[in-house]
Amino acid sequence: MASNSHNEDVRVRDLITEKRAKKSISQIFEKIIPIILFSFALITILTTIGIIYTLLVETIEFFKRVPIWDFFTGTVLRPLSQDPQFGVLPLINGTIISSVIAMLVAGPIGIMAAIYLSEYASDKIRRVLKPMLEVLAGIPTIVYGFFAFTFVTPLIRSIWPDVEATNILSPGIVMGIMIIPMIASLSEDAMSSVPNSIRDGAYALGATRLETTFKVVIPAALSGIIASFILGISRAIGETMIVTIASGSSKNFTFDITESMQTMTAYIVEVAGGDAGAGTTIYYSLYAVAMTLFVFTLLMNLLARYVSRKFREEY
Amino acid sequence: MSISFVTETPKKELPSIHEANKQSNQVVFDTKQLNLWYGDTHALKEVDLLIYEKEITAIIGPSGCGKSTYLKTLNRMVELVPTVKISGNITYKNKDILDRSFKVEELRTLVGMVFQKPNPFPKSIYDNVAYGAKIHGIRNKKILDEIVERSLKGAALWDEVKDRLKENAYGLSGGQQQRLCIARTLAIEPDVILMDEPTSALDPISTSKIEELIQTLKKDYSIIIVTHNMQQAARISDRTAFFLNGEVVEYDKTEKLFSNPNDKRTEDYITGRFG
Ligand SMILES: Nc1ncnc2c1ncn2[C@@H]1O[C@H](COP(=O)(O)OP(=O)(O)O)[C@@H](O)[C@H]1O
Ligand SMILES: [Mg+2]
Repeated sequence: MASNSHNEDVRVRDLITEKRAKKSISQIFEKIIPIILFSFALITILTTIGIIYTLLVETIEFFKRVPIWDFFTGTVLRPLSQDPQFGVLPLINGTIISSVIAMLVAGPIGIMAAIYLSEYASDKIRRVLKPMLEVLAGIPTIVYGFFAFTFVTPLIRSIWPDVEATNILSPGIVMGIMIIPMIASLSEDAMSSVPNSIRDGAYALGATRLETTFKVVIPAALSGIIASFILGISRAIGETMIVTIASGSSKNFTFDITESMQTMTAYIVEVAGGDAGAGTTIYYSLYAVAMTLFVFTLLMNLLARYVSRKFREEY
Repeated sequence: MSISFVTETPKKELPSIHEANKQSNQVVFDTKQLNLWYGDTHALKEVDLLIYEKEITAIIGPSGCGKSTYLKTLNRMVELVPTVKISGNITYKNKDILDRSFKVEELRTLVGMVFQKPNPFPKSIYDNVAYGAKIHGIRNKKILDEIVERSLKGAALWDEVKDRLKENAYGLSGGQQQRLCIARTLAIEPDVILMDEPTSALDPISTSKIEELIQTLKKDYSIIIVTHNMQQAARISDRTAFFLNGEVVEYDKTEKLFSNPNDKRTEDYITGRFG
């Protein structure tokens, strides 16, 4: 080492010394940049806090007018009536039913698509199909809403005439179609990150491809698959346009999927789009519903995080 | 190890011939003019090789010479690579294993495999060992318990894990994981065990434990082991095949091959002149 006397070495060392001398400006950057980056991070945090704060203030105002108990246990929502009632259950019911329908469509199809892509498709096919899935995920939801109202509903009604012109079934199905790419794509990611060496272990014991998929790959990818489902559900809960367009605005509290129902999001659209003056009870109800919705999706996201940590497989 | 539970395996039903061939065991694998291509890469060239029952056969050679490829051809794992083309002949106990009608799943229950990097399933120790039996339809809890215990004992791992069978296999050390993978293979009671550099990822102590284990397994199994550690081949094997650029340069009794090789290239390799 000590006897190392190549010219290049000396020159590199000189260059470094030279550069170091010029460092003062870049050293200032080194100090300032983290501060700038931190303030941007702070903006996102402050925005969130701001949103929650507004929601909370207006929600509290609402509960001064309508008892919290009546709100959460009420099965009648009649905001515009002479004798207004503000029960949120019809909206929660509509939200849950449409989300369940969506997941019944998106869950099985999404997971089967993921299995096909990850375990069966050749590289070539995968390279074509995955981007197509992602395009499907990029279609604006208003297009899906339109599709539900003008195509799916008439189709369902031609098979099942009891279904009303606005109903929860059709937007539920279409929301499911909308969510398929998300579940397929995230589950596929989870499954393809299971190392091939583990698949080889199963094949070497005489397992077929199907046995390997269902008894080794899926259990190993379970946390990711469950997380994709939960994210799918929260997407369904938060979806607005499709239900607003295709499910009408009847605030029915029913389990009959052929009927029109309203979801929390659709209610917010309706009220915000109407001319509820600031300060009226209807106006404040918007915030109470939004708060409820927020808590729902927050819980879902927390659940997703919990699940993906809890079932994290090590390999 | 006594073998009694898994019944699908056609068991060695030739005691008379076996006795007649005292000095040389039965042939398990007979490879004739085997050629294999990955796309345009000619990975195995005119390989001819006889593998004998209840022996340890070592395959040595520099990396990239086709050792793993040959091993994976014997249980047809190589077919998982889509571009593979094979010509030639391999018989396992006189049955043509490259024939379409030979089901790979059946072949792989007869010919187990242990990989270079330990690859337990992300499941419990118990489930890892029971997995093979389960996919082949054994559900009875008592039988499974017994298979698990017997296989772990067979892999010299039982004493270390008997109190933590429900724990995740990834909590084990590398050497223990590799013995677990051996136990998993023993659980379906194969005839042949293929091992692809099973100790190359392990420390010296784990390595010598596995070498010891391999020698005890020889009583009941035919073992083919790829290794790039020549001392290992010399220590544990009965026969050694030297591969170079996809060809078998020399195949002989281990003692003979290491003490008095026929081919100059073999000599160069084992004396460390290249590789
Ligand atoms: N999956 C594969 N696709 C293409 N070529 C491969 C593949 N696996 C191995 N090969 C090629 O085949 C030759 C033999 O490889 P391999 O059997 O892994 O050698 P070894 O085990 O002796 O190191 C090498 O040239 C390698 O590059
Ligand atoms: Mg190899």
